[in-house]
Amino acid sequence: MKTTVGIIQFPGTNCEYDAQNAFKTLGCETQILWHKENSIPQGTDLLIVAGGFSYGDYLRSGAIAKMSPIMKAVKEFADNGGKVLGICNGFQVLTECGLLPGALKRNEGLHFISRHHHLKVISKNNPFLNQCNVNDVVNIPIAHHDGNFFIDPQGLSELYANDQVLLKYTDAQGNISNPNGSVDSIAGICNLGKNVFGLMPHPERAMESLLGSEDGRRMLEGFLSA
Amino acid sequence: MKAIVNVFLKNGVLDSQGKAVQHALTGHGFANVTDVRVGKQIIIEMNENNGESAKAKVAQMCEDLLANTVIEDYSIEIQA
Repeated sequence: MKTTVGIIQFPGTNCEYDAQNAFKTLGCETQILWHKENSIPQGTDLLIVAGGFSYGDYLRSGAIAKMSPIMKAVKEFADNGGKVLGICNGFQVLTECGLLPGALKRNEGLHFISRHHHLKVISKNNPFLNQCNVNDVVNIPIAHHDGNFFIDPQGLSELYANDQVLLKYTDAQGNISNPNGSVDSIAGICNLGKNVFGLMPHPERAMESLLGSEDGRRMLEGFLSA
Repeated sequence: MKAIVNVFLKNGVLDSQGKAVQHALTGHGFANVTDVRVGKQIIIEMNENNGESAKAKVAQMCEDLLANTVIEDYSIEIQA
């Protein structure tokens, strides 16, 4: 049976069609969901909170989006075990609304960073990265201004204790290389229930070797097999 | 009534923008600058006559939206 993917669109979201194309390429049914919707369509297997600049990043990245009507439905979906993936601005929205721990601050160097970056897989024990292997290095585009992941020391030790750290920024050899000041070079995490995922890099932009990398495929494919 | 909300990064959370501004100021000859923090101010006009009630409502606004309490502290000043 085809996996059905709902992709949430706020005013200012700009990666929804990249995400749609990525999941169509993987053979999924896809549907764009406008933020004014009050419910998630029956039969949705996976929700994507896509990247972009929801509400112009006003106040804080992701802060105003969390007040949108659909976010109540997203929370219910997640609370009932539904799988949710936040990419870039979507990660920011998920931390803002409390579905994921921590926060995303302004990049330490204050620059907007837009380039390919290597990531190392830290955990595959989840429905997202199960097609990868631990210590795999993938080459994925990053494009963000507020990607500096922050969490307090207690929160950080809980992330490690519960195997919630998914990805870290590295160089091509897998050595830590931190582009934005994130705590422990963390690029992606999940919640305690391992059904809500967030990462700053864009696997949906790494689906074609012609465009620099197709490493995003085996990341997103995890959701199809789960 | 008017509420003036100041939002700043918590102590212990690195303020990269503050550090950059501090660096620019000291480099510009203001050698006595020892620390700079950059925050934001939000000014809210309200139909409200009771100061305490206004402050409670603005505090709820801060918790819900205006500040991210994972990384930020806020202060509220109510003006008549």
